[in-house]
Amino acid sequence: MDLYAENILDHYRHPRGKTSLENPTIEHKEKNPSCGDELTVQLIINNGKVEQIGWSGEGCAISQAGMSMISEELIGKKLEEIDQLEPKFMHDLLGVPVGPRRIKCALLALHTVKNAVRKGGGEKERSWTEMLS
Amino acid sequence: MDINSIRRQFPLLQPNLIYLDNAATTQKPQVVLDAMDQFYKTSNANINRGVHKLAEAATLAYDDARKVVQKFINAQKSHEVIFTRNTTESINLVAKTYGRSILKKDDVIVLTILEHHSNIVPWLQLKDELGVRIEWVDINNDGMIDLDQYKKILADHPVKLVSVSAVSNVLGIRSPIETMIELAHTKGAVIMIDAAQMALHERMDVQKLDCDFLAFSSHKMYGPTGIGVLYGKENLLEKMPPFLGGGDMIGEVTTNHFTTAELPRKFEAGTPAIAEAVGLRTAMEWIEQIGFDEIQKHEQSLLTHILDILQRATVKPVTILGALNPFQKVSCISFTLDGIHPHDLTQLLSQEGVMLRAGHHCTQPLHKRLGVLASSRLSVGVYNSAEELDQFAKLFEESIHQLDGSHSAARSA
Repeated sequence: MDLYAENILDHYRHPRGKTSLENPTIEHKEKNPSCGDELTVQLIINNGKVEQIGWSGEGCAISQAGMSMISEELIGKKLEEIDQLEPKFMHDLLGVPVGPRRIKCALLALHTVKNAVRKGGGEKERSWTEMLS
Repeated sequence: MDINSIRRQFPLLQPNLIYLDNAATTQKPQVVLDAMDQFYKTSNANINRGVHKLAEAATLAYDDARKVVQKFINAQKSHEVIFTRNTTESINLVAKTYGRSILKKDDVIVLTILEHHSNIVPWLQLKDELGVRIEWVDINNDGMIDLDQYKKILADHPVKLVSVSAVSNVLGIRSPIETMIELAHTKGAVIMIDAAQMALHERMDVQKLDCDFLAFSSHKMYGPTGIGVLYGKENLLEKMPPFLGGGDMIGEVTTNHFTTAELPRKFEAGTPAIAEAVGLRTAMEWIEQIGFDEIQKHEQSLLTHILDILQRATVKPVTILGALNPFQKVSCISFTLDGIHPHDLTQLLSQEGVMLRAGHHCTQPLHKRLGVLASSRLSVGVYNSAEELDQFAKLFEESIHQLDGSHSAARSA
């Protein structure tokens, strides 16, 4: 199947949740150094669960569509659950095979969200190497 | 020049593959592959040491390759040609031997904002190590090096070394290296030319240029990977300490002392890339058979054609980085499109068999200066044809429609 499947392009052209929140509990930014993609995620946390999510970013269709997709999945999720999410979660969301050169584009949203949660919990953020291993 | 007969010599170039990433690396003609194959089948041995027949044949092949390189760049002496791994290693060699032993704290090195990371980082390492200072020459809006600023830097600072690329690997514009060399010498500074992007497009005549050092890679000029060249003037190479230590670079070794071999072996520690030297030599002879006049004429017509295509693109305005005059471009054209990331464009093109490069092309300071995160780059070689560019134009528009979501609209319109 095509990496640029219609649902991915739809999320890229009409990103969901791409707004700025007024008083986020957590705000965190990550980059994909290999192509310069950037994502900043904002979370409002209530009772250990994600109540609202907002984000901004710049970059390729895969990274931006990925953020749009994951932003729809996180509302109501517990922080521990998010911290446990595996790359497979993101791959399933995207639903297309991602080649090795684009893996960081595909996982940038997950990486940003997971490190946002860790940052919020006062834990050490994970590196790309840890994320991918 | 018969493009079809040239294309047939490149086994990798199939009808459905349009290779436009020649600034990254070129494809290799059959003669180069055969020469290396033949070397391994008939002459393979280690060089310089044994006295058996094979060692002699291998040593001869390696030395002959050096002489062909000498002739190709018109160096006065063959030992002014040092084999390295690539341009990056050649620049590092100069930074870590000449730089370390001659430069002192507060000496100034001049670079331009156009430089590839390989002509930035070795000098930044010297800055950290020795406390030398780096002064940057800017470009104007057309992507041309600001010579007035260069002159001012030379006048105002204790400049000891200048290092500049002959052709920008992003803008594809040739630098005014002749003037820059002359001005550097007036100030008593040495000057290094990064010729990685020049080697396949234009004759490098080191005596005519009068540069002190010049570096290039074999793989960017139809030769194999794994071998590059550093040219250096004999008097400078003589006073530089060796680079890597090991076999071949020594005169004599005791338990507490060593002396170095004479040039060029002083800078070639360990078993070198012998088969690759044979490959590079063959690539140079292959280029000479076509001739740079023919190559330039052909590549200029391709660049004029592609600039025309990009400027007339109706699907979306294309922003071309640097000068729009095709005669100022000698190798490549980089561009951006509003709202479309280069990685998406080039991945879609790649699915259709068109190979372009996307990203910052190892020039983050230049991209920052131009205010763009990344760009797409199309670079031509001797085997590219106008028909390929027309095919690119068609697929380029289709890819943009797909990413924009205007595909169905465009079709029904």
